[in-house]
Amino acid sequence: MIPRSVLLLLGLLVCHSVQADELSYNRDIRPILSDNCFACHGPDKNQRKARLRLDDRDVALDRKAIVPGKPGESKLVARITSTDTDKVMPPPEAHKKLTLSQKKLLERWIAEGAKYEPHWAYIPLKPSAVNKPQATIDHFIQERLAKEKLALSPEADRVTLIRRLSFDLTGLPPTWAEVQDFVKDSSPNAYEKLVDRLMAKPQYGERMAVFWLDLVRYADSIGYHSDNPMTVWPYRDYVIRSFNSNKPFDTFTIEQLAGDLLPNATLDQKVGSAYNRLLQTTQEGGSQAKEYEAKYATDRVRNVGSVWMGVTLGCCQCHDHKYDPFLTKDFYSMAAFFADVQEPAVGDRGPGTKLATPEQEAELKALDAAVAEAKKALAAEEAKFLPKQAEWEKSAKNLPKNIEAILKLEKRNPKQTNDLKAYYLSRIPETKALRETLAKHEAARNTFATKIPSCLITQSGNPRIVRILPRGDWLNETGEIVQPATPKVFISTTMTQPRATRLDLAKWLLAKENPLTARVFVNRVWKLAFGAGLVRTLDDVGMQGEAPTHPELLDHLALGFQNGWDVKKLVKQMVMSQAYRQSSKPRPELQERDPENRLLARQNRFRLDAEFVRDTALSVSGLLVSKIGGPSVKPYQPAGYWSALNFPAREWQNDSGDGLYRRGMYTHWQRSFLQPSLLAFDAPSREECTTERARSNLPQQALVLLNDATYVEAARAFGERAIRDGGKSSAERVAFLYQQALSRSPTAEEAKVLAEYVAEQAKLYTANEADAKALLTIGAKPVPKDLPASELATWTATARVVLNLHEFITRN
Amino acid sequence: MSLLQRRVFLSQTTRGVGALALANLLGPQLAAAEKSKGTLSYHHKPRIERVIWLVMAGGPSHLETFDYKPKLAAMDGQPMPESITKGQPIAQLQGQKLKCLAPQYKFKKFGKSGQEMCELFPHLGEVADDICIIRSLHTEAINHDPAHTFINTGTTISGRPSMGSWITYGLGSEAKDLPGFVVLTSQGRGGQNQPISSRQWHSGFLPSRFQGVNLRGKGDPVLYLSSPNGVSREQQRDAVSTIQKLNQLHNGVVDDPEIATRIQQYELAFQMQASVPGLMDLKQEDKKTLEMYGTQGADGTFGANCLLARRLAERGVRFIQLYHRDWDHHGGIKRDIQLKIEEVDRPLMALIRDLKAKGLFDSTLIVWGGEFGRTPMSQGGSGRDHHMKGFSMWLAGGGIKGGFSYGNTDEFGYNAAENVVSVHDLHATMLHLLGIDHERFSVKFQGLDAKLSGVEPCRVVREVLA
Repeated sequence: MIPRSVLLLLGLLVCHSVQADELSYNRDIRPILSDNCFACHGPDKNQRKARLRLDDRDVALDRKAIVPGKPGESKLVARITSTDTDKVMPPPEAHKKLTLSQKKLLERWIAEGAKYEPHWAYIPLKPSAVNKPQATIDHFIQERLAKEKLALSPEADRVTLIRRLSFDLTGLPPTWAEVQDFVKDSSPNAYEKLVDRLMAKPQYGERMAVFWLDLVRYADSIGYHSDNPMTVWPYRDYVIRSFNSNKPFDTFTIEQLAGDLLPNATLDQKVGSAYNRLLQTTQEGGSQAKEYEAKYATDRVRNVGSVWMGVTLGCCQCHDHKYDPFLTKDFYSMAAFFADVQEPAVGDRGPGTKLATPEQEAELKALDAAVAEAKKALAAEEAKFLPKQAEWEKSAKNLPKNIEAILKLEKRNPKQTNDLKAYYLSRIPETKALRETLAKHEAARNTFATKIPSCLITQSGNPRIVRILPRGDWLNETGEIVQPATPKVFISTTMTQPRATRLDLAKWLLAKENPLTARVFVNRVWKLAFGAGLVRTLDDVGMQGEAPTHPELLDHLALGFQNGWDVKKLVKQMVMSQAYRQSSKPRPELQERDPENRLLARQNRFRLDAEFVRDTALSVSGLLVSKIGGPSVKPYQPAGYWSALNFPAREWQNDSGDGLYRRGMYTHWQRSFLQPSLLAFDAPSREECTTERARSNLPQQALVLLNDATYVEAARAFGERAIRDGGKSSAERVAFLYQQALSRSPTAEEAKVLAEYVAEQAKLYTANEADAKALLTIGAKPVPKDLPASELATWTATARVVLNLHEFITRN
Repeated sequence: MSLLQRRVFLSQTTRGVGALALANLLGPQLAAAEKSKGTLSYHHKPRIERVIWLVMAGGPSHLETFDYKPKLAAMDGQPMPESITKGQPIAQLQGQKLKCLAPQYKFKKFGKSGQEMCELFPHLGEVADDICIIRSLHTEAINHDPAHTFINTGTTISGRPSMGSWITYGLGSEAKDLPGFVVLTSQGRGGQNQPISSRQWHSGFLPSRFQGVNLRGKGDPVLYLSSPNGVSREQQRDAVSTIQKLNQLHNGVVDDPEIATRIQQYELAFQMQASVPGLMDLKQEDKKTLEMYGTQGADGTFGANCLLARRLAERGVRFIQLYHRDWDHHGGIKRDIQLKIEEVDRPLMALIRDLKAKGLFDSTLIVWGGEFGRTPMSQGGSGRDHHMKGFSMWLAGGGIKGGFSYGNTDEFGYNAAENVVSVHDLHATMLHLLGIDHERFSVKFQGLDAKLSGVEPCRVVREVLA
């Protein structure tokens, strides 16, 4: 990872090389001022020095820090160029230093009149000059490239295109047949047909859900201390369904923040509201309720701030924001929106609410009635035998000890009387059939009832009092009590009286005049299609974040998105563009001029996300169980990995059957100890909002792909496929492995390398059958009896090599 | 030829993968990356090269270890003065009568310096002149989970890098076939093993390669380390070499710098498969050493882990963190803390002596302590609750004043009262010893210059430095 500051600099370099003629406050000046000056001369009134604000032009002019047109008279210039350590700004103790070129820029900016601009992200969305229906993504990208005298790269070949689309839209590789079809399809709309087909697959919803679940920090455990399980997986399935049905993003937003507050809320809307329950919670003994109420309140504000607003509201927990126009009061007022969410501050959250559909409820009622009926029938019959109990007591033989003991008593208490009666009735031969009928009905009812899932959902109640906590200190109760309200800096027309609700908050996020939500979401979807955002800082569009590389394009897309909140349309717009379809191959002339590929003169390439690495291996091996949704599962995990968990101590039990072969996103998500083969590929713990996963390249990843039972078993299944479906000869089978895994045939050289490898392994495994058998017993999948162990081991070993190739886990 | 290239070359003599071609491919990129360099150049001359941080998880009582309070003994069973406890955060004693609990053991003066420590530490007492006790720590969280997160990351908010990640990010590591940040855990016999979380060694917003790697006593010492059954070392070599070769061929088509890194990581993984078992094999140690640590071999005890810590230090690992759990003595502290001290006393002495014998003591900082201390007030008549306002830790090693103690709590052992040291002060001091100015060691995160030592002012505790 390159530090942000370096990235920022590179970005500036690119920008400057184009437009050296016009200075832009937002692009050129504000990043310098924000990073170096605003902490003491910015929005935070408590830290402000010398009553000077440099984020506010009026104040800066009033205090003579800036005299427009006259850098020589501007105190700012005097101070930044001073050699006196008592005078120089930033002061030495700030450990900030302006470069010569930064100083020059500031001087030039003042000389040119010190024009300020409002921060790009906080101003209303702007239709661009070219904002006509026919303006496309490519128009904006190409226009920008043209300024650099650059052009898009040529379109990628069809194999690359179908792999790229399949990974981006479904998180899975294409089958060889799909590749063949697409390569051969000569119709002019072949590409669009493919896009439509992939977006119609249920796996599209799974892929999009992985992105969303990172943001909202979905997990299957509570996070803190004991990290016990919590049941929210129906919410995960709700997210998948929502993307698949192309639920408008405004509805999606409302349901998550406030589905429970909608009139006659449907089951789906209530499950959506589980969003408010996803945060980390605790059951740790000795935790103080007030402390955790405060923690949860701040957690929720941080998350809403990150997910929908793309700003770092979290800073305002302790002080007014140092860079952005948010106050501590804004932070706690935001927290007050969630004060009605009913939950224990400390302790078990319980199983949640049963999610019976109306049909299921009716069914349950019918089953209950059947049980009642059977009980009645039995009781009626048993009544006939009650008079004979006394007689039975005298003659009964071979009784259980406890019953015998009761019989010997002189006086029986009610429980003993009951136990005896129950025993007597349970032995009457004449009622046996009726008893069995009842048992059958009860079993049917219970089986049905346990199939109805539960989920933590939001239940609204009496709101807790929310105060401003001075310096974030929950013990300090001197702060002002606040009511729900959105940050003062933005217009708000959606608040209801007397107390604004989460529904109002959601509507405010979605209001046309809200400048953030659409920009932030569009930017993150852009990242899915291009590997990086138009604003590179996906977690921060505020003052300290980077400016968009293509501001007009961002607004163009955001405006379009606001009009209908159509997610599929947005995704399709991006993947249909020529910018998306171009080759990712590096071009020598770009390496120097745009090493970060900000101008998109080529596509980006990157490693698949953790879940998709797994999914891809399972998919090509034929092991993947493609069921959508359901309770989370436990695929292989090394024994003892949970040994540091306690209250209670636990061991992960590997699933059997289908649970071993589901997509990675269904893996039980344990926050404190995330399943380690996912963790190795940078899957986040989901304790906090993750806007961007790391994409590391580590030895642990090699160990996982080489040695984890998941991948060894996948290699065996893949090897078996090669033997059965790949053809007779070694060369045909090698070609089969490449085609299935990489969507292409091996080159002659590659084929030769693998032919040698196959021969060597065949020799070794033929000579040592015990090793062959040992390799084949890894994983739960039964070993086929009809194949020689040495042959299957040879092809397992060969498939294992293919599953470890860089190309296999790379979206190109 | 660089080390790794040589390794590749040597390992391919029999199966002819084309070592030279591979070396060409890796080229200068590998040479640069081979020694995992940090992002910093030293701010000043470092006093130490590495840290061994011994976490006594659960929160050891300072009142039964390093902070003797006669006043508390005199007031045993009497109410704690309300002037001290009023309005203070409290954990499990919420709503209960607060009574003093006398120190459960006598204290003794050890060493030439006369370090005052609990009598249960005869072995640590032998090296009392090497350690510097700080009796005036305080922290910001009163429950285990947030307190661990705070002491490790400098904040209680999840998602921030742990100190081991910060340090390896800043300075890199000298270790060749091992991660730069290693975590070992052991359990106590007392049944108070509070959970810990991998968040405590997570790299947060720093690159994943700076994450702590948990070396395990049972099963694979590093997850997924062993080759699959039925795959010999030679066959694993074959497989890795074939993967490398195919990746290299493909690189000719796609020209992807990540492929060079991938090839390098596969080599490293393959080397780790041999080097880690070697590291864990304590049979290589002589009997005397094993006896000194009080361990039979790699048995997952704190003693064995201390010995492993020395071996990791020898191999250039930058940050070594040991967790010994079971210090959460809400009840029966007299019996249970004795068990704990027994478990750590000898290994602590052994670690200090052994590092000295190996010439590593002066280049290592050892830190001993928990996530917080315990209340002077009794819990249930025989235990102590969590306590964040005052507790003890000790430091030893390079740049540390041995046989010295610093700071004091009040006469009840409640508040850090004299020469108060915050967790951030401790971070700043550790970084200082490593040659890093904590104020200048920051990474941009969400628009902030995030630092291990936080945003509030803090200081290097120069008084404890030699």
